Amino acid sequence: MRKKILIVDDEPNIVMTLEYTFKKQNFEVFIGRDGSEAIHILENNIPDVVLLDIMMPNVDGYQTLEIIKKSERLKHTKVVFLTAKNKASDIEKGLKLGADRYITKPFSVKKIVSEIQELLS
Amino acid sequence: MSNYTLFFIIVCYLAFLFYIAFLAEKNAKSKWTNNPYIYTLSLAVYCSAWTYYGSIGIAANSGINFLPIYLGPIIALPVWIIIMRRVIRISNQHKISSIADFISLRYGNNRFLGALITFVCVVGTVPYISLQLKAISETFEIMSHDNSYIASGIYDDSTLYIAVLLAIFATFFGTQKTDASEKHRGIVASVALESILKLVFFLIIGVYITFYLFDGTQDIYSQVSKLPDFDRLTKLNSIEDGFTWLFMISLSFMAIFLLPRQFQVSVVENNREKHLKKAIWLFPLYLLLFNIFVIFIAWGGTLTFGNTVNAEYFTLLLPLENGNVFLALLVFLGGFSAVISMVVVSTLALSTMVSNNLVIPYGFLDKFSKGDPERNNKYIKNIRRISIFSIIILAYLFYVNFSIQLSLYSIGLISFVIIAQMAPAFFLGLFWNRGSSKAAIIGIISGFLITVYTLILPFTLEAYTGTKDFEMYGLFGIELLKPHALFGIDFLSPPAHAFFWSLLCNLFCYLTFSLISKGNYRERNYAEMFVDQKNYAALQDNVLVWRGEAYVSDIKSVLNKFLGVPRTERALNLFFMKYKLPKDTQMADARLINFSEKLLTGCIGSASAKILIAGAVKEEEISLVEVLKILEESKEAFSKNKMLHEKSNELTNLTNQLKTANSALIEKDRQKDEFLDTVAHELKTPLTGIRAATELLIDDEDDMPPEIKAQFLKNMLQDSERLSRLINDILYFEKLATNRKELDFQTNSIQLTINKAINSISQIALKRSVKIINNSIEEKLLKYDEDRILQVLTNLLSNALKFCAPDKGEITVTTSTVNGFVEVSVHDNGKSIPKEDFKYIFDKFYQSQNQNTIKPEGSGLGLAISKQIIEKHGGEIWAKNNKKHGVTFVFKLPIN
Repeated sequence: MRKKILIVDDEPNIVMTLEYTFKKQNFEVFIGRDGSEAIHILENNIPDVVLLDIMMPNVDGYQTLEIIKKSERLKHTKVVFLTAKNKASDIEKGLKLGADRYITKPFSVKKIVSEIQELLS
Repeated sequence: MSNYTLFFIIVCYLAFLFYIAFLAEKNAKSKWTNNPYIYTLSLAVYCSAWTYYGSIGIAANSGINFLPIYLGPIIALPVWIIIMRRVIRISNQHKISSIADFISLRYGNNRFLGALITFVCVVGTVPYISLQLKAISETFEIMSHDNSYIASGIYDDSTLYIAVLLAIFATFFGTQKTDASEKHRGIVASVALESILKLVFFLIIGVYITFYLFDGTQDIYSQVSKLPDFDRLTKLNSIEDGFTWLFMISLSFMAIFLLPRQFQVSVVENNREKHLKKAIWLFPLYLLLFNIFVIFIAWGGTLTFGNTVNAEYFTLLLPLENGNVFLALLVFLGGFSAVISMVVVSTLALSTMVSNNLVIPYGFLDKFSKGDPERNNKYIKNIRRISIFSIIILAYLFYVNFSIQLSLYSIGLISFVIIAQMAPAFFLGLFWNRGSSKAAIIGIISGFLITVYTLILPFTLEAYTGTKDFEMYGLFGIELLKPHALFGIDFLSPPAHAFFWSLLCNLFCYLTFSLISKGNYRERNYAEMFVDQKNYAALQDNVLVWRGEAYVSDIKSVLNKFLGVPRTERALNLFFMKYKLPKDTQMADARLINFSEKLLTGCIGSASAKILIAGAVKEEEISLVEVLKILEESKEAFSKNKMLHEKSNELTNLTNQLKTANSALIEKDRQKDEFLDTVAHELKTPLTGIRAATELLIDDEDDMPPEIKAQFLKNMLQDSERLSRLINDILYFEKLATNRKELDFQTNSIQLTINKAINSISQIALKRSVKIINNSIEEKLLKYDEDRILQVLTNLLSNALKFCAPDKGEITVTTSTVNGFVEVSVHDNGKSIPKEDFKYIFDKFYQSQNQNTIKPEGSGLGLAISKQIIEKHGGEIWAKNNKKHGVTFVFKLPIN
C-alpha cells in the first residue's frame, strides 16, 4: 500500500520541493498551508507521517502536534518537525511534546527521505 | 448682688470647669485635648489676676510701666522656642516633672540643689498665689457691696472657701497618677478654656469702656491729655526709668522660662514638640491682645473716679458705676478664671517639687524601700495632696498677714525676682558644661539672700514694726546698706534694684565657683549630656557612665516597690529586648542603671531615684577624666555606627540601582536574542527553498520534467530576491535604530513627494485594477528627508495594495494641517485589522494574517522602519480601522 504523507508549511516554494520529492518516492501527498488546513485534512485522512513546520500563521506547529497527539484515531501517525528553529532548547521542547523526529531547515532532501523511510520501516 | 448668689455662681462655674477637665481627662488621647492651640492657650496661664487687674493699676498710677512684663516674653519667644525644644527633649528622656528636677539632674542628681530650688520656688510662688487670693477676695467684696474687707474670722471669709475649692480641684486632677511626669490633660484643657474666657471677657470690657462709656480712643486721649500729670503717665521720664524698664523686661524674659507654672505647662505637659511652632506667633498675639485696652481702661477709670478708688479694679467699678451688673459679673468671672488657672497649675507644680525634691528624698526613702508598691504609691500621692493644701493654706495666711497692704503688682514683682534666682543655674547650665552644682547652690543662696534683704525684709519689717526706719536709713543706719539703694544705687524702682543686685551677685558666684570647683564625675556626665544634647540624645541609655557591681534582681526589687511587679517586668522586658540582652541577665550594666533611674524619676524625683538605685548597687568611683574619655568614645562609636549605617544605606541604594540596570540589560539582551532569532528564521526560509530546489535539480536532472525544472528555477530566483531584500531591510533598520543613519533635511513639498510615491506604484496598481485617489491638492512646504518619507509612503501604499478589496480596490491619500503638524493619511477599502493586533503592527517582523497573497511578500520590517523614520522627523505614525471597511494609516510631520 502507498504510504501517506501530510506536508504542512506556509512557504509554497518549500512545499513544492517536498511534494515533488515524496511523490517521486511513491507517497500519497497531502498539503496543508498552515495548522488549520492540516487539521482539516486530518479529519478525513490518516497519514502515516506528518511533516510539520512550527512557525505558521493561525494555528502553529506546536498546537497542531498537540491535536494529533490527543486523537486516538491518529495514534499511529508519526510526526516530524521541519523547522528553522534550531536552538537546543527548541529541539528539546519539540521532542518533549511528542514529535518523532526533529529536522532543521535548511534541510537536505536526501536526508529527509532517509529519515522518513527509517521512521516508517 | 448678695454674698450667697455670688458664691453660688462661683460654685456653678467651678463645677462647669470640673466637668470640662473631667471630659478632657476621659478623652486624653483625642485631638481636642492634644493640639497646638490648647498648648498655646495653656501657656497663657502666664496672665494671672496680676495681668487682669494689676496692669490697670500700674497704668493708672505710673503710666506705661505695665508693658515690660509682657514685652519680656514677646521678645523672649524666639529664644524660648530654641531653648524649650532642648529642655522638652531632655525632660521627656528623663521623665522630668518639674524645674527643680530639671536643674538638679543637670547638676548630677544633686539632692540639696533640688531641695533649694523647691524652697526658692515655694517662697517665690506663695506670695504670688496669695496675690490671686487677694484679687478674689477684693473683687468678691466689690461685687457683693460688702464694705468690710477682712471678714470677722477666718471661718466666714469666702476667700478661704474658694481657696479650698481650688485645692480640691488641683488635688483631684493633679494627683491621679503617681508618675508626676505623666500629662494632666484635664487641668491643661480647663486652663486653655479659662485662657479663652479671660481674654474674651477682658476684651469685652475694654470695648465697653472705650466705645460705650467713652467715644472711642480719640475721645479718651483728648480728655486725659488735659490732666495735670499726663506727661508722667505716658513717657519714660529719665534714663533711670529706662534702666527700670530694661531690668523689668529682663525679669519677665526669665520668668517665662522659670516660673514653676510656666515650666509645668510648657515642658511637663507638652506632648508634641511641634506644638512649639504654633506658640511662636500665637502666644505673643495673645499677650498683645490682652494689653490693647489696658491703657484706655486705666485712663477711662481715672477720668471717672480720679484717685478715689483702687485703680486695679476699674474694670469692675466702671460697669457697676453705670449699673451694668451683668458685665461686671463677666469681668469677675474672667478674673476668677485667671486666678483658678494660675493657682491650680502653680500648686500642682509646687506639690510635685515639694514631694519629689524635698519630702521624699529627705524623709521617706527608708520607709519606701521597705514598703510595698501600693502603699508607696498611696504615700506619694498623699504627700502631693497634703502639699497642695499646705501651699494654698500658706498662701492664704500670707494674704491675711501681708498682702492686704501690698498692691497686686508689687507682689507679682517680688515673686518674679525670687524666681529669677534660678536663671544662672538654668540658662548657663544648658550651655556651659563647666557649671557646677556647688556654684549653682552658692549663687542661688546669695541671690536669694540679697532679694530678701532688699525686697522682702523692708515690707515685712514695716508690717511688724509699723515704721519705715529700715527702708529709710538702712541696716544699723549705714547709708550704703539702704535696702532700696544698695551702695548708692538709688535711681531704680525697688524690684529692679533687687533684681539687679541679686542677679549680679548670683551670676558672679556661679561663674567664680564653677571655675574653682570641678564637681564630681556624675555631675560632669549630666553636664555633657545637657550641653551637647544633640549628640548625646542619640546614645540614649548609653549616656550614663557608670562602673561597679550590680545585680539585676536587686534593681528589680527596688523598681517593684514603686512600679509594682507587673509594670517592672514589662519595663525590664522592653529594656532587654531593646538592647538584645537575654531575659535572665544577672549583672546590670550602666544602661540598666540609667534606665531604672529614669523609671523612678517620674514617681519620686531624680535625686531620690539616684539614691535608691545607688543603695541597691555597688558603685565604683570613676575619675572625671575617665568619664569624659568614655563619653567621647561612645559618642565616636555612635557616630561611626551612624556613618556605617549611612554607608550601608548608600550601598543598598546602589545595589538596587544596579539590579534595575541589570534587569533592563537582561531585557535588552532578551530582545536582541529574539530579534536575532527572528532574523535567522526569516533568512533561513528562502535559503531552505533555494537549497532544496538546487539539490533536486542536481540529483534529479535527468528525470525531472522541464516545466517543473522551470518552476524550481523561478522559485530560486524569487527566494534569492527575497533574501537580498531582507538583508537590505535588516541592515537599514539597524542603522536607523542605532542612529547611524543621518537624515538629510531639506525644504520639500509634501504634495510632490506624494505624487512621486503614487507614480512609483501605479503600474502594479493598474495590474491589480486598484484605483488610487489623491486628495492632497494644497501645496505644503516642509523640512524633511524626501527619500525617507518617500520610503514610508511607498511602504504604506504597497501595504494598502496588498490589503485592498480584490476586485474594486480603492486607495485614498489625503493631507490636512492639524495643530502645527501636516497629517498624511493612506486609506484602503480592504479588511480591518483585528483589535488585538494594533499594538503589534509597528513591531519588527510582524506579519498580518489578512493579506491577499498567500505568503507575505515583505520583509516584515516595513512598518517598523516607517515608524523609525517618522519618529526621527519628530512626528507620529498610527493606524485605525475605517468605519465601514479597510484601514487608514496616518503619519504627521511637524511644520517647523
